[in-house]
Amino acid sequence: MSAVTSDLKTLRGSAAIVGAATFGCGEAPGYTDMELLAASARAAVADAGLRMSDIDGLCTASASATMWSMPVVEYLGLRPSYIDGTMIGGSSFIAHLLPSMRALQSGQCNAVLVCYGSAQRTAAFGRKEVVASRRFLDPQPYETPYQPMMPLSAYALAAARHMHQYGTTRRQLAEVAVAARAWAQRNPEAFMRGPLSIDDVLGARMVSDPLTVRDSCLVTDGGGAYVLVRAERAADLPRTPVYVLGNGTAVWNRQISSMQDLTVTAARDSGRAAFAMAGLKPADIDVVQLYDAFTINVLLFLEDLGFCAKGEAGAFVENGGIGPGGRLPVNTNGGGLSCVHPGMYGIFALIEAVRQLRGEGGDRQVAGATTALAHGNGGTLSSQSTAVLGLRETL
Amino acid sequence: MTLPLIPDTHGGVQARHQAALDDGRFLIQRCGGCGTAVYFPRELCPHCGSAELGWEAPAGTGTVYSVTTVRRKPEAGGDLNVSLIDLDEGVRLMSRVEGVAPGAVRIGLRVQARVVREGGVGLVVFDPVSTEAQGATR
Repeated sequence: MSAVTSDLKTLRGSAAIVGAATFGCGEAPGYTDMELLAASARAAVADAGLRMSDIDGLCTASASATMWSMPVVEYLGLRPSYIDGTMIGGSSFIAHLLPSMRALQSGQCNAVLVCYGSAQRTAAFGRKEVVASRRFLDPQPYETPYQPMMPLSAYALAAARHMHQYGTTRRQLAEVAVAARAWAQRNPEAFMRGPLSIDDVLGARMVSDPLTVRDSCLVTDGGGAYVLVRAERAADLPRTPVYVLGNGTAVWNRQISSMQDLTVTAARDSGRAAFAMAGLKPADIDVVQLYDAFTINVLLFLEDLGFCAKGEAGAFVENGGIGPGGRLPVNTNGGGLSCVHPGMYGIFALIEAVRQLRGEGGDRQVAGATTALAHGNGGTLSSQSTAVLGLRETL
Repeated sequence: MTLPLIPDTHGGVQARHQAALDDGRFLIQRCGGCGTAVYFPRELCPHCGSAELGWEAPAGTGTVYSVTTVRRKPEAGGDLNVSLIDLDEGVRLMSRVEGVAPGAVRIGLRVQARVVREGGVGLVVFDPVSTEAQGATR
C-alpha cells in the first residue's frame, strides 16, 4: 500500500495543463457535437502555443457514440500513440488526468488533448430521443419499470435521504443554486445571469421531490478542451502552467438503488486519493469547482471531500457561504446550474479551475488563488473523480 | 437450491427472476458462500464472488429508505411515487408504494411487497403495512 502511494507521489506535479478553451457554450444552433469539440480543441491547442500536429495523446468521451475516440482522431487528423476513451459519465474528463500523467511520464506520448463537445440543447436529435435510445443501449432493468425521471429522480432520492438523516432543508439546497447564479452574474460566458432568490428556487416548478427545475442543471450546448504536457516542457510554453498535484477516481455502483448509503458518495475515496497524492488537505484549497448537476451534489461533495463534516453542508452553504464573498468560493463560473451543462460538465469544472489559477477570472476572480480543486461526477452519483491543481509555488 | 420456485426457464438469472415475477412470485438470491442476501439477481455474489447463489422468497416486508414523487401532467399519468425499499432480508430495490397518495409516502414507512402484472409483465410493488401490523412486526 505504501509503495502504491509513493509511486503516485512521484507523479505529483509531473504534468501541467498548458492550454484550455471552451466553445459555443450556451446555444450553438446548427453545430454538431464534433464541431463544438473540434473548435474547442483547436482553441485549446493554440492557447498552449502548440500545433495540432504536436498532439500525440487523445482523451475523449461521448454520451451517445460508443467508439467516439475514433471519429475524433479522424476529424482532428491525429496519429495518437496514447488514447483513452474511458467513459464514466461527466467525471470522465477529470478521470482522464492520472492515466495521461502516466503516459506522459513513461514517454508514450508528449502532449495529451482532452476534449468534449455536445449540442445537447439545440441538436435535431434531441434529449428525448437520446433518453429513449439509452433505455435499450444501457438498460437498467430493475429501475426503468418504475419510471423514475432519470437522472433527476436519483438525485432527488439522495436529497430526500440527506434531508431525513441530517435535517437538511430545501432552503439550504436553494442556497447552492443562488450562489451559483451570483457567480454566473460575474461571468460573461454564463448562460443564465438573471436574478435568482431563495424564494424563486423554492417556488420553481417541482420536478421530482424535493428538487425543482432550479435545483437542476441547465441543458446547454458547448465544447471544452485542455492540453496536458510534462512539467519541464510546460515551463517553455506561453501560458502559466497549472500543475496536476493529485487525481483520484472511484466508482461504487451504477444504479442509485445499488448505492449503499445515499448520503455518502465515492467522492470520499476519489478525494482521499487526490489529496493524498497532492499532500494537501481541504483547508489548503483556495477555489473549488464541484460538478453541480443538482443542488444536492454540492452538499454531498463538500462533505465527502472533507470541506465540512458529514451532515453539515447544509449549514456550510447558508447565508451565501459558497457565493462571492462567502467562506469558500465554489463553482465560480456559475457551475452546471447557471453557466453551462452540455450533457457532461466535468471538463468545464476543470477549465474553470485552470482559469482561476491563471488569474483569468475577471469579475469573478478569487484573488491570489494558488490551489484549486475540480471534482467530477458521473451517472447517478455513480462515478467520482477529483483533481487537485496548483501553481508553480505549490510544487 | 430451491429450483422448484423457478419455472422451467432457460437463460440467466435475470430471465429466471422475471419469469418468476410473471408467475406472480417475487424472489431474491442468497449466497451459499457468505450467507448474504443479494438483489438484484446476479451470476456471482458481489460480496464474496461465490457462484453459489440460490433463490428464496423474501418475507416481503420492508421499510422505505428514500422516496420521491415524479411530477407528471395528468395526461402523462399524473404524479408517480418512486421509492427505494430496504427488505428485511437486507437488500434494497427500487419500487413504488401504492394505496396512498404519492406525496404521502414517508421514509421509514413499513411496507409489504405485492406482485402485479403490467402489460403481462410481473412487477413488484409495495403497500403500506397497517398501523396494527406495523406494531406486530417491530
